[in-house]
Amino acid sequence: MDAILVIAEAQDGQAPIAESTLKTLAVARKIGAGPVDLAWFGAGLDRLPEPAGTLNGIRKHWVFDDPRLVHPPASLVSRLIGSRAREYSHLLMPGTSFGRDLLPRLAGLLGAPLVSDVLEVLGPRRFKRGIYAGNIHTVVRVPDGVPVLLTVRLASWRPIVVEEGPAPAPVEKIAVPGTIPVDARFVGLEVDQSARPDLQSARRVVSGGRSLGSRENFALLEKLADRLNAAIGASRAAVDAGYAPNDLQVGQTGKIIAPELYLAFGISGAIQHLTGIRDAGTIVAVNKDPEAPIFKVADLGLVGDLFAVIPDLLAELDRQGIGR
Amino acid sequence: MNPIKILVAAKRVVDYNVRVRLKPDHSGIATDGVKMGVNPFDEIALEEALRIRERGEASEVVVATVGPHEAESQIRSLLAMGADRAIHIETTRETGPLEVAHVLYHLVQEIEPGLVILGKQAIDDDCGQVGPMLAALWGRPQATFVSKLTLEGGRAQAVREVDHGLETVEVDLPAVITTDLRLNTPRFIKMPDIMKARQKPLDRRPFENCGIDLPRLEVEAYLPPPERVAGLRVESVSELVTRLRDRGVL
Repeated sequence: MDAILVIAEAQDGQAPIAESTLKTLAVARKIGAGPVDLAWFGAGLDRLPEPAGTLNGIRKHWVFDDPRLVHPPASLVSRLIGSRAREYSHLLMPGTSFGRDLLPRLAGLLGAPLVSDVLEVLGPRRFKRGIYAGNIHTVVRVPDGVPVLLTVRLASWRPIVVEEGPAPAPVEKIAVPGTIPVDARFVGLEVDQSARPDLQSARRVVSGGRSLGSRENFALLEKLADRLNAAIGASRAAVDAGYAPNDLQVGQTGKIIAPELYLAFGISGAIQHLTGIRDAGTIVAVNKDPEAPIFKVADLGLVGDLFAVIPDLLAELDRQGIGR
Repeated sequence: MNPIKILVAAKRVVDYNVRVRLKPDHSGIATDGVKMGVNPFDEIALEEALRIRERGEASEVVVATVGPHEAESQIRSLLAMGADRAIHIETTRETGPLEVAHVLYHLVQEIEPGLVILGKQAIDDDCGQVGPMLAALWGRPQATFVSKLTLEGGRAQAVREVDHGLETVEVDLPAVITTDLRLNTPRFIKMPDIMKARQKPLDRRPFENCGIDLPRLEVEAYLPPPERVAGLRVESVSELVTRLRDRGVL
């Protein structure tokens, strides 16, 4: 019988359910191949992230809760999930760094191919995905006789609308054996301490390129971002130059994002960068160079010096009473 | 710690500067006469292996490629960069990540490396699967998306570029490492090294001899993605703000 297992983004029970998990549930719903179970890995899961416990359309929760599962290593998780994975016709994970690390490992164990970064579901075994940094799309089919494994391209999906089911789904806690070999250990995480929205899920993003010239100048964007309640992004050139931390990089090898509004300052628009914003709602480009490739994809373009435009923009927002 | 062997896996791909196009009948990617190169992430993998060897922590760096006969030109450039020897698994057909992982697993059993280093993804199919798949088959730990790597006492400490910042993990060796862009900048190849590379051992083996028969994805269609078109040039900041308000995004 067909059934879908969604492996949730690793988190504890304190924070609300991750948006990437809700997007993966949207893909599960679209596939519609049978009941949906959710598997949880983490530490501090004595209660599930809200409102997972009462979410409509979930048959069952598997919970692996153990201190060794803080930022769980893929080798440990794949040992734990082991044969349980074979009970499912479909295994789905969000295309986060957790999913992109873990699901190929499970695919290796199960001897099944994996469909990475699904942008559209065309049938229970047929999917659309991008290659060459999204410059070409392909329709792929998973052959019969093997489970369907896929990661979800987050920028292409909306989270499911959270609805309460008729009754909470049963929760099965699975003990992590003390003897399980641990060959990979989490040491630490250096987080960008920011009160701003998360780049991956922000509705607005203010982004800067190498033209900003320094880390100090890059901070100019912060004022505007705070004003618009936007996340901050950066081009690869700006990250490589040390103006912005790597987790702000937007593009093929950084984050693929789909905000409603993307404001690009001093970003020329290398193809790898444009790949990261293809699904944005409105793209605004501000650049001194009228020939910059970013203008070819921008919905609104302004040729000008960003060091003049940003203060003007803040003043104009004031004048029109926006973002206060 | 005794010096280890390092296996680096590298893929021949369309050069990263080429704007790829579909064949006119949409049956695949137009590759005739297109410049090819080594997957940039795999060059970073080799550079890291060479630096480890140069620090005296590795005794040998072996490069492996699965690909067509023409991939020899990319293999020669990897040997010129400094790899000690190469293994070329030759095949004329497209291979999927699962098949490549199985080939590498065969090689791992033969070479017994302390580390396998490869790119976090290939820039053609953007799958990002081979490294973790190999680690699974081998039953060894993995560190993916690595931007800093140090070895000490039979372990590797790796800094990973994850969604929320930089994560540090420690893995027991042997292990599989996949590289991110900021791990290093690969060296340029010098002319004399190109000459020397011609003398380095290159072991060619047919893919068919690996006895691999695995399920793989069937590509039913190649399609151009929906295009974004250039919009409007605005003349002033106030026009910009007004237009954004009209679109309902401010």
